[in-house]
Amino acid sequence: MAAPGAAATDLEVVRGKRAALFFAAVAILLGLPLWWKTTETYRAPLPYSQISGLNALQLRLTVPVTVVFTQESVPLDDQEKLPFTVVHEREIPLKYKMKIKCRFQKAYRRALKHEEEALSLGSVQEAETTLAEPREEAEGSLTVYVISENSSLLPQDMMSYIGPERTAVVRGFTHREAFNIVGRRVIQVAQAMSLTEDVLAAALADHLPEDKWSSDKRRPLKSSLGYEITFSLLNPDPKSHDVHWDIEGAVRRYVQPFLSALSAAGNFSVDSQILYYAVLGVNPRFDPASSSYYLAAHSLPHVINPVESRLGSSAASLYPVLNFLLYVPELAHSPLYIQDKDGAPVATNAFHSPRWGGIMVYNVDPKAYNASELPVRVEVDMVRVMEVFLAQLRLLFGIAQPQMPLKCLFSGPKSEGLTTWELDRLLWARSVENVATATTTLTSLAQLLGKISNIVIKDDVASEVYRAVAAVQKAAEELASGRLASAFIASQEAVTSSERAFFDPSLLHLLYFPDDQKFAIYIPLFLPMAVPILLSLVRIFLETRKSWKKPEKID
Amino acid sequence: MAAALPLAVLLLLLLGPVGGGHAEPPRDTLREELVITPLPSGDVAATFQFRTRWDSDLQREEGERITLEKDNCHLLVSHYRLFPKALGQLISKYSLRELHLSFTQGFWRTRYWGPPFLQAPSGAELWVWFQDTVTDVDKSWKELSNVLSGIFCASLNFIDSTNTVTPTASFKPLGLANGTDHSFLRYAVLPREVVCTENLTPWKKLLPCSSKAGLSVLLKADRLFHTSYHSQAVHIRPVCRNTRCTSISWELRQTLSVVYDAFVTGQGKKDWSLFRMFSRTLTEPCPLASESRVYVDITSYHQDNETLEVSPPPTTTYQDVTLGTLKTYAVYDLLDTAVINNSRNLNLQLKWKSPPATGALNRGLVFAEAPPVPFLYAQRYVSGYGLHNGELNTLLYNTHPYRAFPVLVLDTVPWYLRLYVHTLTITAKGKENKPSYVHYQPAQDRLQPHLLEMLIQLPPNSATKVSIQFERALLKWTEYTPDPNHGFYVSPSVLSALVPSVVAAKPVDWEESPLFKSLYPVSDSSSYFVRLYTEPLLVNLPTPDFSMPYNVICLTCTVVAVCYGSFYNLLTRTFHIEEPSTGGLAKWLANLIRRARGVPPL
Repeated sequence: MAAPGAAATDLEVVRGKRAALFFAAVAILLGLPLWWKTTETYRAPLPYSQISGLNALQLRLTVPVTVVFTQESVPLDDQEKLPFTVVHEREIPLKYKMKIKCRFQKAYRRALKHEEEALSLGSVQEAETTLAEPREEAEGSLTVYVISENSSLLPQDMMSYIGPERTAVVRGFTHREAFNIVGRRVIQVAQAMSLTEDVLAAALADHLPEDKWSSDKRRPLKSSLGYEITFSLLNPDPKSHDVHWDIEGAVRRYVQPFLSALSAAGNFSVDSQILYYAVLGVNPRFDPASSSYYLAAHSLPHVINPVESRLGSSAASLYPVLNFLLYVPELAHSPLYIQDKDGAPVATNAFHSPRWGGIMVYNVDPKAYNASELPVRVEVDMVRVMEVFLAQLRLLFGIAQPQMPLKCLFSGPKSEGLTTWELDRLLWARSVENVATATTTLTSLAQLLGKISNIVIKDDVASEVYRAVAAVQKAAEELASGRLASAFIASQEAVTSSERAFFDPSLLHLLYFPDDQKFAIYIPLFLPMAVPILLSLVRIFLETRKSWKKPEKID
Repeated sequence: MAAALPLAVLLLLLLGPVGGGHAEPPRDTLREELVITPLPSGDVAATFQFRTRWDSDLQREEGERITLEKDNCHLLVSHYRLFPKALGQLISKYSLRELHLSFTQGFWRTRYWGPPFLQAPSGAELWVWFQDTVTDVDKSWKELSNVLSGIFCASLNFIDSTNTVTPTASFKPLGLANGTDHSFLRYAVLPREVVCTENLTPWKKLLPCSSKAGLSVLLKADRLFHTSYHSQAVHIRPVCRNTRCTSISWELRQTLSVVYDAFVTGQGKKDWSLFRMFSRTLTEPCPLASESRVYVDITSYHQDNETLEVSPPPTTTYQDVTLGTLKTYAVYDLLDTAVINNSRNLNLQLKWKSPPATGALNRGLVFAEAPPVPFLYAQRYVSGYGLHNGELNTLLYNTHPYRAFPVLVLDTVPWYLRLYVHTLTITAKGKENKPSYVHYQPAQDRLQPHLLEMLIQLPPNSATKVSIQFERALLKWTEYTPDPNHGFYVSPSVLSALVPSVVAAKPVDWEESPLFKSLYPVSDSSSYFVRLYTEPLLVNLPTPDFSMPYNVICLTCTVVAVCYGSFYNLLTRTFHIEEPSTGGLAKWLANLIRRARGVPPL
């Protein structure tokens, strides 16, 4: 070929190279970002670091205790030092990722004049009512009065007294180490009234590793904003028994006072119903010795399921339902008794199922059958029934009897069946449980969102997450500063927000969009476009390398 | 799991004084009834009605929230006995005034079976009147339909604004009502809904005697769904507690109607018995029911000397005007101990005594004879061809020889059939028949359906044809159902009419009369109210090929790739002229042969 021709071809080759490079540049600089931007899923930023920080959160539960010393309770020179504050802090050993510390902040002071007067009264109950009048105590706080060693306020053999409100009385001690010894006694009493390990262990039962006690700890209901309580009368044999129960009166008299005392812990609604022809799922065994029927302890788990289909879930709300069943056995199976593991009949003839409710078997008085023909009219003794159901209700809410210190006089609950400090203890436990639940929910949400990059995170989901994180932090702060009521409210808000974020339906929209389908759509466009660009880039690269090597050889 | 509870409670002893006002429990009553009607066509219809009346003003009780002294917290308390808790909670939570829900499989053929006590459209139908205190009716309606779908295991959650309408005249409250502001009414039909045992089981659970005693023992699912028509319904409405109507009670009526094809199941005989129909017999009354009766229609239709015989012989008979005609019923009261105690169970049987003739001939005779035609019946069909336009036709028949009567027609048409209202024509006896009332609410795409309500006067002995043309819309590809070639359902038209009676009815005490008579309020004695439904329609919509989007993507990409490829080649390649190489394959072959011969190649 001629030289000008060769020069023209070289020029052509250079132009071709430039064009190929330009194509590649446009595809990479313009095409890729455009594709990336238009196919991106919207993911609002989330506070990932704060959420992982929540796991290492240290919960410090502060119980403000006011310790009031009367005149002769401790030696005089010790009294001179008052008032001052002592802090007693202790870590609660639980196998949980959060460290929980319990901190009793004891503010020591001298008794005021009216307190002295009240504490010199004849009996401790009188003293208590006199003391209770002018004060309004914050939730979670305690007041302990230290009286003189030989005061007649308490019976001689009793060292301390726990009242139904947030007050306790402890005997003082005239000794050099009086403050230390009295302080230890005060701590014992305060622990019984507020925070103990088993209360917290029960609250965190779901988050702790399984152990042999865990099934027992999982008895209480999980914390929720509200609860529905349903009393059901099961009458499997309406042909023989015409059962009447005054549930309206019983609810008004026994359940409502109890629930109104508990109302700080949530909203309650109470229903009752009568179900006919509802039978238990187990055939009772006949015991010829006592000519009665019995349900053995091991068969009790099978009792509930067939009944449950008739109970009907609550149509009107999403709160957990607590069922209390009163079962009047059919004529052919009465009397019916429940046996415990050792084969002895259970005195109450009742049992409960954790987080579900309780069942009581109510046998009809056999004398009733002689008097008249069938059906026999049965009036249920509601006092007997409600006694059992309220006890079960307390258990299901996790209000168990605390471990009392030695030589301690314990006044029974008030007329509503719940002491104020029991309610406080419930709120402590619920707050800790709520914080733990919210933290777990947030952590798993963050993990899930991190793992699946297809999920769209909308702004409202993100704002719920932020709100939940803030609420958990606030709850922890309030717990540390001993303001129980606001801590509980914050912890509830944390749970609500975190659950709302976790269960938001918008998270599911693009979840099912597998990668193979994406490639099936992209390949028809991308493959024919990318292959020529890549090939020419490779060729250009090879040629350039060759042309670099050539001059070296010449040298 | 369950642990025995030791007695550890001294609580109640401290719980304040026992005693105080012993409130009289609210009284509720249960009545149950089964009506068996041999139909003119030879089938047998059985209609169960269970009516729970609850003497409690639920709404007011609901308002009576007990305010606790402590911290203004509300505690909601309600007590149920015979009335099911699930429905009672709905009434108070959503402030319902009336609720009517039905699930139906099959179609009541009014033309051959006569007017029904209570017809329902095939599929699911729900209509609800809310109290006038409800502020956001649509929200309550949405929530209510979701809750009901959970209670009855049905897909009522598919009720949304595209199939909900607010009729202005057709659905009046059946119970007590002060005002009838129809903005508190919602009506929806799901014609696609398939009804099966999973809907029956929750329905049975609402009965106080469940399915253990009384008439409900007959409700065995495998028999009930082996029928040509199955309809179960729940009606809740407020009724007067006493004759002076000083206070209200709530009435829950659960009805279930089935039509057995007696010919097919009975090997060509019209005889039936309870056992043959339900594979059960009645053994005991429900101890909770205050009334438990079986009515058997023994009115003889045929003029020939064919007679029927019921066994065991009834103790009493009941004669009354039902649906415009005088009927005679054999009554069996289950609470009457003699009815069941004689034989431990009650297996009602009905035999047709025929004149001495051969069976086959006799059956031929029965067929030849025209059954009595009801005064009002209707038919509906789609006409037209192709996938673009079509026509909805409704035929309304008035067979009364000399009386004309008005009919309210309600049509709900989904938005994807675009109605041309100007093509609405109503003709009777060749003349145009102008409706005296028309209410039309046009559809909005993906928001609301068409609603057409008309009051049409039907001339005596005539067939009135209502027709309207429509255009089929194209749906978005995600809006098609999983089986789009099956077609799309159009819910049936609803006809509400006061049909003249043959025999004037005597005014009776409403509370005392049998249940099948007391569902619709009676206004005057010379006519009776019926509500009929036509067949649901199945319309084919233009259906695309659903792999189309992917094909489009592939095709476009290929076109783009081809254009791009040639463009790219044109720009980046260098072209030089090459000497044309002659021969090619021929030359190569020739060289091969030459090499074999030892001759130098070309």
